[in-house]
Amino acid sequence: MSRVGVFVCHCGTNISATVDVAKVAEEMKNQPGVVYTEDYKFMCSSPGQGKLKEIIDEHKLDSVVIAACSPHMHEKTFRNAAEAAGLNSFKVEMANIREQCSWVHPDKAEGTVKSLDLTKKMIEKVRLNEELDKIVMPVTKKALVIGGGIAGIQAALDIAAAGTEVIIVEKDVTLGGHMIQLSETFPTLDCSQCIMTPKMVEASLNPNITIYTYAEVEALDGYVGNFRARIRRKAKSVVEEDCTGCGICQEKCPKKVDNPFEMGHGKSKAIAVPFPQAVPNVPVIDRDSCIYYKTGKCRICEKVCGPKCIDFDQQDEIVNVDIGAIVVATGYDTMPLDRFGEYGYGKYKDVIDGLTFERMASAAGFTEGEMKRPSDGKTPETVVFIQCVGSRDESKGVSYCSKICCMYSAKQTMLYKHKVHHGKAHVFYMDIRAGGKNYEEFVRRAIEEDDANYIRGRVSRVYEKGDKLIVKGADTLSGRPVTIEADMVVLATAMTARKGADKLAQTLGISYDRYNFFSESHPKLRPVETNTAGIFLAGACQAPKDVPETVAQASAAASKVLGLLSQETLKREPITAEVNEANCIACFDCLNICPYGAITSKGITDRDGNIIKEVAEVNPGVCQGCGLCNAACRSKTIELRGFKDNQIYAEINSLAV
Amino acid sequence: MSEEKVENKEVWTPRIIAYVCNWCTYGGADLAGTSRKTYDASVRVIKLPCTGRIDPLFLLKAFERGADSILVSGCHPGDCHYNTGNYHSRRRWTAFRDLLEFSGIDMRRIHFSWISAAEAVKWVDVVNDVSEKTKELGPYTEFQRINEKIKEYDGIFAEQG
Repeated sequence: MSRVGVFVCHCGTNISATVDVAKVAEEMKNQPGVVYTEDYKFMCSSPGQGKLKEIIDEHKLDSVVIAACSPHMHEKTFRNAAEAAGLNSFKVEMANIREQCSWVHPDKAEGTVKSLDLTKKMIEKVRLNEELDKIVMPVTKKALVIGGGIAGIQAALDIAAAGTEVIIVEKDVTLGGHMIQLSETFPTLDCSQCIMTPKMVEASLNPNITIYTYAEVEALDGYVGNFRARIRRKAKSVVEEDCTGCGICQEKCPKKVDNPFEMGHGKSKAIAVPFPQAVPNVPVIDRDSCIYYKTGKCRICEKVCGPKCIDFDQQDEIVNVDIGAIVVATGYDTMPLDRFGEYGYGKYKDVIDGLTFERMASAAGFTEGEMKRPSDGKTPETVVFIQCVGSRDESKGVSYCSKICCMYSAKQTMLYKHKVHHGKAHVFYMDIRAGGKNYEEFVRRAIEEDDANYIRGRVSRVYEKGDKLIVKGADTLSGRPVTIEADMVVLATAMTARKGADKLAQTLGISYDRYNFFSESHPKLRPVETNTAGIFLAGACQAPKDVPETVAQASAAASKVLGLLSQETLKREPITAEVNEANCIACFDCLNICPYGAITSKGITDRDGNIIKEVAEVNPGVCQGCGLCNAACRSKTIELRGFKDNQIYAEINSLAV
Repeated sequence: MSEEKVENKEVWTPRIIAYVCNWCTYGGADLAGTSRKTYDASVRVIKLPCTGRIDPLFLLKAFERGADSILVSGCHPGDCHYNTGNYHSRRRWTAFRDLLEFSGIDMRRIHFSWISAAEAVKWVDVVNDVSEKTKELGPYTEFQRINEKIKEYDGIFAEQG
């Protein structure tokens, strides 16, 4: 027979005003298994908790029901107090007679009846509660950062600064991401390379940071504190350790290719670094373009290479790393523009996107920072910027706002004006969204000091006439159609999730939204965490973000990682599924339904080691305690601790008429 | 409802059992409390980690024990704390509703809803609505008759061995 103690809280008058607490305490005395009841002014207060401990000890209680507020409020408080008195914390349950009774049912009679029911219900449940021990897991004190842009670098630097080892895996051949492509950044107009390059170098020199570029995470096993990632380091055809970065191979390589770093405008070579400040400064052979890989002849780079580090036979290398936490910082892509035929992108050379403009404006870019339009290299006298290309456009693009375009378009008008003093910039906008420190002032500066002409309205068509681009649109403020003869048109394309982000999410076991942006655990209170413990998010892979926000989130993610990895062991709630091996019929419905891959098949062997039966096995480190397997199990073999069938049925039965 | 209630007001009040998930709807109901919204007192909440934990037998058990209506509510699609639990719950509901109906269950007595932790007002509206509809339907005495029928058949099967 159990020895249940019931404590009914007045919560000042929050409960007692509309619930007859004395009556609840009195009536619960008649419940089977109840040996002690009391009503008390404030159970959560220090004397209240003291009383709880005292009574547990004095009356040798083996379980406790606190009829008070929501368990979301004080369950931990009372469980800790009970534990201090030597009671297993999972032998404590709360009946929610405040949020679900006293505050919502003003009729005292009704509230009291319901409180009686709810308290009775929890008494029946707690009698079947088992003593559970928290699960203790070891922690691998090493982190993995996926993505080497500003988000990934910032997160890695912060983690490394605490003395923790961190691995950066970057898909591209260099660190830097999109930020290193930008010319200057809003709202300060400082040169992006000037602030980004030192960070890239710092990361590469930090002894706690290992960088794998030209590499991707292929698989992930394990759980919080104990992940194992399989990383594929693609063959660079260059021995990274021996390369001095002299650049002679790139100079002598006879094969010219389009440079994706310059958005296809500049030329690069088949063996190249994307830009001179690349980190690591090691060229990679593009095997699709290289003459040797196509024809079996050439090998000029091999001949000219001083340290002899060209290796045409190099193979992809698989590296398995054990890590305790992961930061996903894979960044963004921009929306393909082929669906916006009205703007003439792809048809007219002088219709470019924002990133191309960035490269054009960059001192290191394909025009060396001079404003030269792509078609004929002339200086554009009139430039039209079109905002919201794809953003806030349900029919052809995405419904969300890309957030950075208002600011970067304003910045680009300024960069343009600073380079072409007699030029005129026009901006077609829907709304100006300049929320951020010094952002609104920045846009005003573009309009007032740098003479940008802002037109509220949409562009319907862009077409060529002679060497001009005719931009037809509407000014919705004056209600008049507008026609501008432009020399160049710049499209502020929507930010989208990285191509393949959904695949990566599936590999990592994190969730993603309908646009393939990774989902945070809670939009307000857990914006850095994913729903998978131990995996955190930084930067635009979660949603469109500008640089300051990205850096802030990266540092936040790093602090979460460090909080996790600073622990010697991890303790977690033992609300996990368990298998009754004797009953399991090995249908493995549970294995299929489990959202976490926490269930595997296990062979039961006889004493000669022959497998005689297969059963389901739960990895308690991975199990999150949703109970899907419990409901799906046809033989009632797998059960969720704390929410077993008999406990739920006890609750239902207690409510019988 | 307890007998005393019936004595006091001398009216029948419905008995509604709500199976709700811990993360969304339980939070929504809590918020209704902290915002001091008032609603019908006939609902009794059973908290589960996820609506995906709900075994269809829980529903039958509740009816068997005298519930007049049942409400199942969890996170909105896409918001499940466990990624996909509510989808399983929804699928189970779609798969089982025909069977339940075929078995003679009055489907007007089972309600399915998505209520987020922010939707205190929706929780209040849904509970009031379910309560109102249940009052119109009256006590679920038919199920007790089904119960008796089942027992009868059990007897016949037992005789046949």
